[in-house]
Amino acid sequence: MNNTAHTTSSAPTSLWKMRLRLMRKSLKTGWDIFKENPVGMVGLVIIVFFALLAILHPILMATVWDPGTYDPITGYDFKTLIHPSPPSWLPQPDNPMYKPSFRHILGTDPLGRDVLSQLMYSTRSEFLLGVGAALVTVLIATTVGAVSAYYGGLIDILFMRMADVMMMLPFIAILIVLSSLFQFKMIHLAIVYGILAGFGGTTIVIKSQALTIKVKSYIEAARIAGGGDGHIIFTHLVPNLLPLSFLYMMFTVTGAIFSEAVLSFFGLLDIRMSWGLMIQTAQAAGYLLNSWKYWYLMFPAGLSITLLCAAFYLVGRAMDEVVNPRLRKR
Amino acid sequence: MTTTNSPLLKVSGLKKYFPVGGGFLRKPHNFIHAVDDLNFEIPSGGSMGLVGESGCGKTTTGKLLVRLYEPTDGHILIQDEQGNLEDIAYRKGASMKAFRRRVQMIFQDPYESLNPRRTIYDTVAEPLAVQGIGNISEREERVATLLERVGLTPATSFMFRFPHELSGGQRQRIAIARALVVNPSFIVADEPTSMLDVSIRTGVMNLMMELAAEMNVSYLYITHDLAVARYMCDTIGVMYLGKIVEQAPTEELLHQPQHPYTRALISAVPIPDPRIKRQVIDIKGGISAPIDPPPHCRFYARCPLADETCRDRPHPPLQDKGNGHLVACYKV
Repeated sequence: MNNTAHTTSSAPTSLWKMRLRLMRKSLKTGWDIFKENPVGMVGLVIIVFFALLAILHPILMATVWDPGTYDPITGYDFKTLIHPSPPSWLPQPDNPMYKPSFRHILGTDPLGRDVLSQLMYSTRSEFLLGVGAALVTVLIATTVGAVSAYYGGLIDILFMRMADVMMMLPFIAILIVLSSLFQFKMIHLAIVYGILAGFGGTTIVIKSQALTIKVKSYIEAARIAGGGDGHIIFTHLVPNLLPLSFLYMMFTVTGAIFSEAVLSFFGLLDIRMSWGLMIQTAQAAGYLLNSWKYWYLMFPAGLSITLLCAAFYLVGRAMDEVVNPRLRKR
Repeated sequence: MTTTNSPLLKVSGLKKYFPVGGGFLRKPHNFIHAVDDLNFEIPSGGSMGLVGESGCGKTTTGKLLVRLYEPTDGHILIQDEQGNLEDIAYRKGASMKAFRRRVQMIFQDPYESLNPRRTIYDTVAEPLAVQGIGNISEREERVATLLERVGLTPATSFMFRFPHELSGGQRQRIAIARALVVNPSFIVADEPTSMLDVSIRTGVMNLMMELAAEMNVSYLYITHDLAVARYMCDTIGVMYLGKIVEQAPTEELLHQPQHPYTRALISAVPIPDPRIKRQVIDIKGGISAPIDPPPHCRFYARCPLADETCRDRPHPPLQDKGNGHLVACYKV
């Protein structure tokens, strides 16, 4: 392979193989840096843990858990009704909920639904929300940042003032108003949050990075080669922005999950189950003021929100080191 | 190497003014006269050097010739495939793309002129790809041949590496290969060796000269190093604040410098012999930014020969003093 300079007969296939190998190599280099960072690894372990929960739920529902009893939304444990004199692990006349036990590992909520099942069921949509919002954000922020930096002038002024306005808006308040007006589902929240974040602060960061790349002479070389604006933006500017975009994707996930929790705590999202909704159920039934006693109503969902948000943030910080060599210790 | 009847490149009255102090919906009130009324010709296969201190407009001139900037005024005439001169100074669109095949540029900093996320093959093949020349296997073959020609052998072991895996000299060779891949007739070389280690400079310069002879390419060689210009160029133009103040065949310029600025430049080149005492021509002050320069000679403020004539009359025109030696000074 080394001494044949003119192997052109099988060029296209070998080119693609080469590219795949290079991509694998650069991924491996990135992973080698990432895995040396304990903070990032903690975040990754938490994310994997929640991903497993999300995957396990349908499996458990199909095998171990009886759908009538364990369904996260409509399930109800009828043992509560038929037991004449309940032992201590069953709901008491003054307390309609199961305490955590082998039958209901995290107990049931005030409506008799299994908390663990709710928690696992919600995980999947939290992931979808986070990743969806992040994708929208990054798509918008990278395109707008690159275009704004490349063209400058009026386009730049327009987008940057727009970003200032977006950053000034109180996200949660806006989302509360919008979701009460339009009955948001998870997907709508993902898109709206993505747009708010995408045109806001993320754009400014990406644009400033794009400005430092725009003045590199390989951009001029591309123009001298005959490349048009589209060619330069999408083959030179954007690929050099992607690592930073990916990093901001992580931070957007955190924000999206958090705002979902707030909105569904206020009961403003048109969704069947989520972590925020679990806390809202507990609050609506009046158990939130006694959280130490009824910890299983509040802490599983609350901790999940905190942990998953933190995990994406930590992974983001660790990736910052992969993307930005100046932050590395070596 | 005097100008023949049909030059490859002919520049006349070339000007580039950059606005300063303007903003959104606000008219700029001053202009930097980066390049101010340049006239020169480069014969086919010949090479011209532009020397001068930082900020004198050398690089702006280069970028005007490859049309990274649009000139404020003036004409850039260049030979097309049929050998006719055509004006490309204000060209746009598809005919601009065709012009890009004939003129290329080599940049100063090989660490910035190669995209760190693209492989060597991608970088060198880029002009072919955007111009739509050849299919993938033809491009690969062309890139391989060129890489071997610029001394990166075996080509297959370099094609799929990234720039950060290569040394500065290797990177500059790749930049040369990229410039040559579309068979241009003219290349602007913007200090291509100034960022390289001294030990590999000559290698790169020799390579450029060999390739120029082989592929019949002309250079505009921008440098601040008179020794490099002497090695590479047939003609040298000395620039000062956007103007060419003296232009002559290389040896003529170096041995009979006439303009006081050129003399000062040459007297600043060290001679590696402690016993030689040479007359040092002292010029006052430092270079100033050419923002709306006064109408008299640009060199007036620093010139040791300046008097009232220089102050009261406009900037002197380039005058032929024989042997193709052009000088812009009232005093010589």
